[in-house]
Amino acid sequence: MSNSVFSRRQFLGLAGGLAAFAGLGLAGCGGNAAAPAAEGSAAGSAAASGSVTGEVTFDGASSFVGLVEAAAEQFMDENPDVIVTGSGNGSGKGLTAVSEGTVSIGNSDVFAETKLDADKAAELVDHEVAVVGMGPVVSKNVTVDDLSLEQLKGIFSGQITNWSEVGGDDAAIVVLNRKAGSGTRATFEAAVFGTEANEFKGDAELDKSGDVQTQISSTDNAISYLDFSHFDDTKFNAIKVGGVAPESKNVLDDSFKIWATEHMYCAKDADEATKAFLDYMLSDAVQGSLVEKQGFIPVSEMKVTKDATGKVTEK
Amino acid sequence: MAQTMPKRRLEIIGLSVTGACVALVTLVVVALIVMVAGKGLSAFLKDGVSPLEFFAGTKWDLQNTRENGMPYVGALPLIVTSFAVMALSTLFALPIAIGSAIYAVEIKPEFGRRVFQPMVELLVGIPSVVFGLIGFHVVVAFMKIAFDTATGLGILPGAIVLAVMILPTITTFSIDALRSVPDSYRQGSLALGCTRWQTIWHVTLHAAKPSLITATILGMTRAFGETLAVRMVIGGIELMPSGLLDAASTITTTLTTSMAVYADGSPQSDILWSLGLLLMGMSLVFILLIHFVGRKGARERG
Amino acid sequence: MAESTDSPTVMGGDIDPAITSAGPSVVDPRSDAARRAALRRRAVTQDKVATGVLTVIIGLVLLIVVAMVGYILVEGASTLMQPGFLTERSRANGTAGGVAYQLFDSFYLLLLTLIISVPISLGGAVFMVEYAPDGPVKRIASTAVETLSSLPSIVVGMFGFLVFSVGFGWKYSIISGAVALTMFNIPILVRAIQQALEDVPQSQRDACLAMGLTRWEATVHVLVPSAMSAIVTGVVLSAGRVFGEAAALLFTSGMSSPVRLNFLSLDFSSPSCAWNIFRPGESLAVHIYKIYGEGSPEAQQVVWGAAALLMICVLIFNVAARLAGRALSRKVTGE
Repeated sequence: MSNSVFSRRQFLGLAGGLAAFAGLGLAGCGGNAAAPAAEGSAAGSAAASGSVTGEVTFDGASSFVGLVEAAAEQFMDENPDVIVTGSGNGSGKGLTAVSEGTVSIGNSDVFAETKLDADKAAELVDHEVAVVGMGPVVSKNVTVDDLSLEQLKGIFSGQITNWSEVGGDDAAIVVLNRKAGSGTRATFEAAVFGTEANEFKGDAELDKSGDVQTQISSTDNAISYLDFSHFDDTKFNAIKVGGVAPESKNVLDDSFKIWATEHMYCAKDADEATKAFLDYMLSDAVQGSLVEKQGFIPVSEMKVTKDATGKVTEK
Repeated sequence: MAQTMPKRRLEIIGLSVTGACVALVTLVVVALIVMVAGKGLSAFLKDGVSPLEFFAGTKWDLQNTRENGMPYVGALPLIVTSFAVMALSTLFALPIAIGSAIYAVEIKPEFGRRVFQPMVELLVGIPSVVFGLIGFHVVVAFMKIAFDTATGLGILPGAIVLAVMILPTITTFSIDALRSVPDSYRQGSLALGCTRWQTIWHVTLHAAKPSLITATILGMTRAFGETLAVRMVIGGIELMPSGLLDAASTITTTLTTSMAVYADGSPQSDILWSLGLLLMGMSLVFILLIHFVGRKGARERG
Repeated sequence: MAESTDSPTVMGGDIDPAITSAGPSVVDPRSDAARRAALRRRAVTQDKVATGVLTVIIGLVLLIVVAMVGYILVEGASTLMQPGFLTERSRANGTAGGVAYQLFDSFYLLLLTLIISVPISLGGAVFMVEYAPDGPVKRIASTAVETLSSLPSIVVGMFGFLVFSVGFGWKYSIISGAVALTMFNIPILVRAIQQALEDVPQSQRDACLAMGLTRWEATVHVLVPSAMSAIVTGVVLSAGRVFGEAAALLFTSGMSSPVRLNFLSLDFSSPSCAWNIFRPGESLAVHIYKIYGEGSPEAQQVVWGAAALLMICVLIFNVAARLAGRALSRKVTGE
């Protein structure tokens, strides 16, 4: 002990600390190096056995995240070696993330061209997985049950500020908007404003569809917009647009004007697992039952299509 | 093997291991400042945004761009809101924080140490999202009833939530400040026949003034940089607020909701980094202020 | 801190008026005495009013603390009691089910953060206290630490996103989040450890050096062990702060929870392996931020349950910090 510099206990402690440090570094390197190798072998074994392994991450539109998650659950039951992870933080975020490679799938209510530069959008592969209708919703105390597109335009541009101007009670209209970057907002504004820019922001800007549900049910005289799958009669009223009820059957032939195709974008060189999951999304297992169960419309049932500029053509 | 190691070498190893840690931390901080500054300035240098528009313009719109594809980047509404929320919350929290610090140090020191301080430290530990959650459910609902506003979201609820959040920061630093006033000061004042309150008001608070100011600035720093709790109650409208009940958006809340939406390298993303740079600049200003107050206090004490 | 134990005796009670009226006077003694008495009365009234106001203020603060903590616990209790809340994964974008993965991710993030930040902070603090007590190096280093501590966590998160997620290609991952949290944690830790080391009496340092120990030996054998209890307290308290942090994680570890994790897998590169540090993760605090606005009663239950869980964890950290510190200091002094 006299000339030992470290006592044993302290030496061990120090060594432990160093080992932990070094171990982390090694784990880091190991993880880095091993990941591509694993993917490589995954692709190999996929070809051999028909089952895939790997990781699929998604982010994007909050309107149909429920559908993707439900499909992911089923998909993972069939492919236990694939892990699907994701959430719905808005179409803009999803498109940016897939374009930058931080996620493997970007979910969006809008065409990538409308959010990204043309050359970046060209690097993505589109998968149209469903169609969703979106409609205006109002607080329970609002008596108006039908608004024309013109009236909606007036309200969401700040021209019409009182419910009495559109046939309701004398009360100020509370406009609850979604945050810029939301696909629901982009779809709604594309249908209501066309290509005109709208700079009115309303009384609050909310992050997600769920936030709109909460706010509108606890606020009087409010108006907002939601996709059909987020409608909830017990908390707020979905209203007609130009006399047409916000129902899936009216979307099929474009008689209800506010609707969008749900896109799932992946990179052109996406890995096997991502491709397998997207194929699954388009397969009968999802399109046959799950899509309608979650409140969406299968793309195959649509009688019309909408392109990136919003032009509707019959199929 | 350890015993064969010469002492000088051991010392050099120790010095270099610990020195490397310090160097690493310093390096990271320098890298952070340089990168945030580089990204933040690129909006002005690369995209040609006029600083005048950024600091004095009142129209913030990243979505609807001009003809040439440039967004509207008048950040004045965000800056004003950030300062309003910070000033208001400090105004609410300061008297309460200093008052309770005085009570905990001067009036019931035993209670202060045993009961009050652990309670306040508990408040420090509560995550900001939990503050936001309570703000969203309690303060916002209260705003609706009390002021008859439509959504209840706005600057005032933001300031109230922040006031509660910075309360423990200011309180704990104030308690430390008051405790470090030498007892001889108090004894001197009491011996002159001053009442306890006179002693506190004229002697203790005066002696602790520089440290109390530092405590306040630390609280303001936290208020200025706080993000999520504010986002949950402020409404998120990037417009110049015309009143305390208006929904608005601070620099931090705009960053949270917009940062991930725009692709790296786009003018929108660049201008958001400019906001980040502004936040960083403000926190450096706060540090300078603290140093200034500390040096002035030291000089006064001689 | 210790000097105020004797203050009650100093400050308690009013001072005998005889003392105050005994001073020399140059004006008419009678009116002067009356004036003094009036002043005195006013001062006493002021004193009483001030004490009353202060009591109200402190009552208010205590009420806020108790009400907040109580409100969260009451709102969250029923969910916490539900079987499966702590053991089931979340469903439907987090609005249903449990928070098992979020809870795991929170602790895993914390663990990684501490593994990275404790050695660096310890080294940095030792350097600043023992090797460079004064001079430009320390000034630069402490300025750096101070700068880091005053930065809003959202800025740290943005930097982490730029450098770790995009620059290093770590994407949204646990390790990106842990490194961002490290940057947030280091200033807190350095300051706590620095304080602990500075509180070690100078005489111990002198004794070590007098015995011919090098600074390094003195630090490793004497100073760090005797400061250990304060260091551990500091580390655990900082753990509480890290545990609840969300803003720095939004852009680094991401806002998405894995749909399925395998805890038994030791294949660290497998994306479904819970221990893989390159998979995305979501802490409890981030989860609360993600779903706080969701309207369904089920989602609200999850939010409050998660908030109560977060609070309880932070409470445990607080209590554990004190207990560990006390136990360690007893052990050190007992040896």
